[in-house]
Amino acid sequence: MRVVLGEDLALLRDGLIRILTAHDFEVVESADNGPSLLRALLTHRPDVAVVDVRMPPTFTDEGLRAAIEARTKIPGLPVLVLSQYVEQLYARELLSDSGGAVGYLLKDRVSDVAQFIDAVRRVAAGGTAMDPEVISQLLTRPRIDEPLKQLTPREREVLGLMAEGRSNAAIAARLYVTEKAVGKHTNSIFTKLALEMSEDDNRRVLAVLAYLNTE
Amino acid sequence: MATAETIRQPGRFGLLTASLPLAIAGLVGGVAWAFSVIGTLASALWIGVPLLVVFTGFVRGLANLHRWWAGRVLGERIARPYKPARTGMWPRAWRILSDSATWRDVSWLLANCTLGVLLVLANLLLFLSVLFYLVAIPIIWQTPAAHLFVQNFSLFTVGPRENAWITGVEAMICLLLWLWLSKPLMRAHARLARGLLAPGKKARLAQRVQQLTEQRTETVDSHAAEVRRIERDLHDGAQARLVALGMNLGLAEEMLASDPEAARKLLAEARESTGSALSELRDLVRGIHPPVLADRGIDGAIRALALAGALPVDVDIDLPGRPTAPVESAVYFAVAEALTNAAKHSHATRAAVTVAYDDGRLRVSVRDDGRGGAHIGQGGGLHGVARRLAAFDGTLDLDSPVGGPTEVLMEVPCALSSARTSPSSGTD
Repeated sequence: MRVVLGEDLALLRDGLIRILTAHDFEVVESADNGPSLLRALLTHRPDVAVVDVRMPPTFTDEGLRAAIEARTKIPGLPVLVLSQYVEQLYARELLSDSGGAVGYLLKDRVSDVAQFIDAVRRVAAGGTAMDPEVISQLLTRPRIDEPLKQLTPREREVLGLMAEGRSNAAIAARLYVTEKAVGKHTNSIFTKLALEMSEDDNRRVLAVLAYLNTE
Repeated sequence: MATAETIRQPGRFGLLTASLPLAIAGLVGGVAWAFSVIGTLASALWIGVPLLVVFTGFVRGLANLHRWWAGRVLGERIARPYKPARTGMWPRAWRILSDSATWRDVSWLLANCTLGVLLVLANLLLFLSVLFYLVAIPIIWQTPAAHLFVQNFSLFTVGPRENAWITGVEAMICLLLWLWLSKPLMRAHARLARGLLAPGKKARLAQRVQQLTEQRTETVDSHAAEVRRIERDLHDGAQARLVALGMNLGLAEEMLASDPEAARKLLAEARESTGSALSELRDLVRGIHPPVLADRGIDGAIRALALAGALPVDVDIDLPGRPTAPVESAVYFAVAEALTNAAKHSHATRAAVTVAYDDGRLRVSVRDDGRGGAHIGQGGGLHGVARRLAAFDGTLDLDSPVGGPTEVLMEVPCALSSARTSPSSGTD
C-alpha cells in the first residue's frame, strides 16, 4: 500500500517510516512542509496519507489545511491526521465532507503500533479512525446528553467504540462479547437515537458521527 | 481596577437646584482664597504654616467637590492631581507649596468666586425672573390704573391689561432665554473648573507613570507566578514520569534474557506511562498557549472553546485581522474564564460570545442567561482577567444583576494585522 507522509520532525518521521515499512506499507514520499505535502498528495494519489497537523512554513495547521484541500481536489482521498492535541473544531472540519476515509488521532496512539496500523488500514479502506478523546468529548456534551440517557452503559460503550470507527468484530473483541451481541446493541442504539440503519460499517459510523456532531 | 463607568449627567432642573449652593460655594471659595494668600505670605513666618495646612485641606475638599460636580455636568471623570501628602508639619507644608496643583486650585478659587459665581447666578436669576413675571401678571391685571406707575417699571403709561400682556411677553422671553442658556451657562461653569482643576499635562504624565509602574509590577509578578507553576507542573508531572519510564526500561533490559515475559509487561507499562506523560504535557501546553489559538487566532480558538465547553455557546466574531499574540492570548483566556463562570456558577443554559473591532478597540462580550449576581472578587478569576487586560490598557466591565442575565464586557485598544498567521517557534 502506498503512503504519503507529512511530518516535519525528522525524529518522528523516521519512526513513522520504520513502523509503516515494517508493516508492508510503501512510503512513496515524505513531505516536511505544507505546500510540498499538497503537491505530493496530488501527484502520487496515495492509498493513504499520514499527516501531521503542524508543519512549516507557519507552524500552525498547515498539514490539516493541505489534507483538506487535497480532499476537495481528490474526493475521498484517505487521510489520517496525527497531532499532539485533538480539537473538536478540526475533527468537525475533517468530517464535514462526509465522504469517510478520514482519521484523526493523537500522536501518542502511534506507540500502540498494532492499533495504529489497524487505524491506517481502516482509513485506507474508506473507514474512519477517530481518537477516543474526540469521542469522549463529544459524548459528554450536555446538548446531546438527553437522548444518550436512554442508552444503557453498555450501549454507550458500544456507541463510543463505533464512533471511533471500529467494526462490529473489533468491538466484540474489545468487549469480550460475541459479534452477535454487539449487533444487538447497535440495533438498539440506532432505534433509540432514531438513526437510519445500514448494513455497511462505514455508513453506520458516519451516521453516528454526524449525530454526535450536531450542534 | 480599570472599569468603565457611565456618568449620568444632571438635567436642567438638577442644574438649577445646584445653582444656589454653587454660588455660595463660589463666594466661600473667595474667602478661602484670601486666607490661602494670607497663609502663604505668612508662612514666611512660622505662624502661617498651620494656617496654610488647614486651609489647603479645606480648599482641596472644595475643589474635589467641584471636580465631582463638573465631571457629572460634562459627563467625564476628572482626576485629582495632588501629589501624595507627607507626614509632619514642615514636610507637609513644603509639599503643598511645591505642588503645582495647589496653585492651580488657588487660581481656580479666584476665577470661580468671580466669573464662576456670575455664571451660576445668571442661570438662577433667569429662572427667578420667569417666576417673578408670572407672579406679577395677575397682580398687574387687577391693579387700578391710578396705582400702576408704582408697580409698573415701564417707561410708558399704558392700561393694566396691556401692561399685563407686556409682562407676559417678558416672562416668555426670560423663559426662552433660560431654556436656551441654562445648560451652556452651567457647562461654562463646569469647564472653568475642569480647566483649572483637572490634572495638568505634567500631573497627568506623573499619574500615568505611576499607573504603568503598578501595572508593570503586577504583570511581572503574575508572569513569575505562572513560570513557577509551569516549573512545578513539569517537575511533578512529565519529568517524574520520564524518570519512572527510564527505570522501567532499565529493568526490562536487565530481565530481557532471564524473564522475557516480565520484561514484556514492563515495556507495556512503560508505553502506557509515555501516554500519561504526554497527556499531562498537553494539558500544560493548553494552559500556557492553546495550540488552536496559535493556529487559528481568536476566531478559531473561541469557536473551539465553544465546541468543547459544557454550555451551548453562540459565537459571533467579526475581526478583519489578528491582534498581536499577547492580546489574543489575554482575550482568549478572558473569554474562557467568563464561559467557565457561566457554566459553573451562573446555572446558565446558554451563552453567547461576540467579538468585534471598531475604532481601534477590540470589544468582546460574553453573555449568559444564568441567575446573575456575579461580582469581581479580589483574587478571583475575573479580577485576574481584568489585571491581565489592564496591562494592555484594556478594561473589563461586569453587569450581573441578581436574577440575571450576566454580561462581561471587555475592551482592549489594539492594532490588527491583516496577515492570517505569523510564524511561531512551536512544533507539533
